[in-house]
Amino acid sequence: MESNRHAAFEIQHEPNERSTIQLRGDWLLRSERPTARQMLQELMASDTHTNWAFDCCDLGAWDSALMMTLARVYQAGRDAGHSIDTSGLPDAVQELLELSQAVPEAAVEEPVKSNAGLNEKVGVWTLDTLAGISRYTHFMGQLILDVGSVLRGRTPFRFREFWILIQQAGVQALPIVALLSFLTGLIIAFIGIIQLQKFAADIYVADLVGLVMTRELAAVMTGVIMAGRTGAAYAAQIGSMRVNEEVDALKTFGIEPVAFLALPRVLALVLMMPLLTILSNVISIAGGMVVSVSISSLTFSTYINETIRAVALTDVFVGVFKSLFFGVIIAFAGCYRGLHCGKDAAAVGRATTSAVVTAITWIVIVDAVFAVIFHILGI
Amino acid sequence: MSSTDIMIEAKDLKLAYGSFVVMQNLNFTVHTGEIKVIMGGSGCGKSTLLRHLAGMEAASAGEITIGGEKVGPHEAAMERIRRRFGILFQSGALWSSMTLYENVALPLEQYTDLNANEIADMVEYKLSLVGLKGFGARYPSELSGGMQKRAGLARAMALDPEILFFDEPSAGLDPLSARRLDDLILHLREALGTTIVVVTHELDSIFTIADNALFLDAETRTALAEGPPKKLRNDPASPERVRFFLRRGADADELSNPAHS
Ligand SMILES: Nc1ncnc2c1ncn2[C@@H]1O[C@H](COP(=O)(O)OP(=O)(O)O)[C@@H](O)[C@H]1O
Ligand SMILES: [Mg+2]
Repeated sequence: MESNRHAAFEIQHEPNERSTIQLRGDWLLRSERPTARQMLQELMASDTHTNWAFDCCDLGAWDSALMMTLARVYQAGRDAGHSIDTSGLPDAVQELLELSQAVPEAAVEEPVKSNAGLNEKVGVWTLDTLAGISRYTHFMGQLILDVGSVLRGRTPFRFREFWILIQQAGVQALPIVALLSFLTGLIIAFIGIIQLQKFAADIYVADLVGLVMTRELAAVMTGVIMAGRTGAAYAAQIGSMRVNEEVDALKTFGIEPVAFLALPRVLALVLMMPLLTILSNVISIAGGMVVSVSISSLTFSTYINETIRAVALTDVFVGVFKSLFFGVIIAFAGCYRGLHCGKDAAAVGRATTSAVVTAITWIVIVDAVFAVIFHILGI
Repeated sequence: MSSTDIMIEAKDLKLAYGSFVVMQNLNFTVHTGEIKVIMGGSGCGKSTLLRHLAGMEAASAGEITIGGEKVGPHEAAMERIRRRFGILFQSGALWSSMTLYENVALPLEQYTDLNANEIADMVEYKLSLVGLKGFGARYPSELSGGMQKRAGLARAMALDPEILFFDEPSAGLDPLSARRLDDLILHLREALGTTIVVVTHELDSIFTIADNALFLDAETRTALAEGPPKKLRNDPASPERVRFFLRRGADADELSNPAHS
């Protein structure tokens, strides 16, 4: 077997405006070889020699290393308007070169790169946001209309599936909601007691835990948990149905996807959120009690009595009332993102992420709005 | 042929997503009981065309009529049109949270007055047509790709449609399953006189099933040629590319089927 010969080329500018590229040695990926740029530099050095040809008498072994160089040179030569005679190349090389030069499919389009200025970006963002709001509004309207369509029997309502959704949004969420509520109650009581002990006001830790949880945190925390758990699941379920053309299949049977897919999910979550919130109230107060009893002089009965004295039924209602809205927000964001998901697998991931982000953002915003409203109403 | 024979007609149809034109100046007809194969490379707009034919997307220009009624704007008309066709989607598109039985039963529950027993019989019959008798209790994920496609076909046929649309029926199937699906398509036309539109980028089935073929061209974004495949292959007037394409397939056809050559 012949030993490795160094890859090299030489260019001969012949008198008849013809440049011949002589290829020598083994052009292999694993060995050193000249670059296309070097070859082009020499070729382009002469303005008059516009016919290129190849000579391969001394060419040894070759692989894609040669091809990538030639393809690059060939393309550049063509672009510069030179005529290139490939007949001097080995047949296989000619064939591969031809293949690589085949016209790409017409549909290949440059992805639009945004090099827009700040003004344009702000404008585009504003328009997108407005369009988004209008789509959301449309979706909400559709959902309300669909209640009618289901009641009139125009859209099937599958109770078995609704029951499964109830379980997913209810029973199956119990452990995580319970655990996190217990820990939250515990943490609030712990921090509270340390501060309150300075004023010998330990007893008020029951007020603190009770009010904070019932009015605010139980609903918000349950909302955040359910957004990450159930809202994300909705977006993923519906999104993958869209990728799979299952949503289209519904449409061909005249079944409205919003009514068929979103409505039961919204309903399930709206029914389960208040229950989960009430549970969260009870368990977080228990968590606060456990800490208080173990690190201060409070007893179970004093803690419970103080909680009952401090927390009015209105406070519980405030939290539960808000949780209804949070349920709508979460289910809504999940279903909306799922139904507007793109058609590839990556789009499902994006839909899931944005469902969670949208839901949590709106939960916090709506909670703030309610805080103001309740303050004004004096509730 | 008289115009009453025309089941589907597209006039000056333009398909676009926003400013992105997928196809334009499409004119074709599909006659009752005909099998029309629409061929085109992947990404050239075949699925898009089907989505328009099925009224899931509105045409940017031109119009489509099915059985003389215009597809699209009027929900009442669309309701009637929807009852006339079924679609087998590229991926089968079975509803994944439901069993095969429920998949086929849902349209029946929705649109017919059959009672539960009759629906059960009907579902069993439709599943048996596609060779899936007894699989009703399975979920789509428990079936092979070919079985999912056939189950999708059973669902598409649930309401005895006059027209069936197929989106790449043999895509993702092994050659044997693809062949079986082709046979099934032929049988359906024979037994039920169903009008069938198949979009595909695969040549294999065109001579077996197509009465008529329409070639879409991704470059000019319009139709390239239309006619019976054998005629297109031999007619010197048909575009060179189409003839070349069909001749390649013709060899395979004649090899496997020498009596026909
Ligand atoms: N929803 C959509 N929005 C924008 N462009 C789309 C959409 N669906 C498909 N396209 C584009 O339209 C063209 C045709 O797609 P399609 O009909 O799916 O092709 P085919 O079924 O022939 O493979 C492709 O370029 C695709 O990227
Ligand atoms: Mg397609």
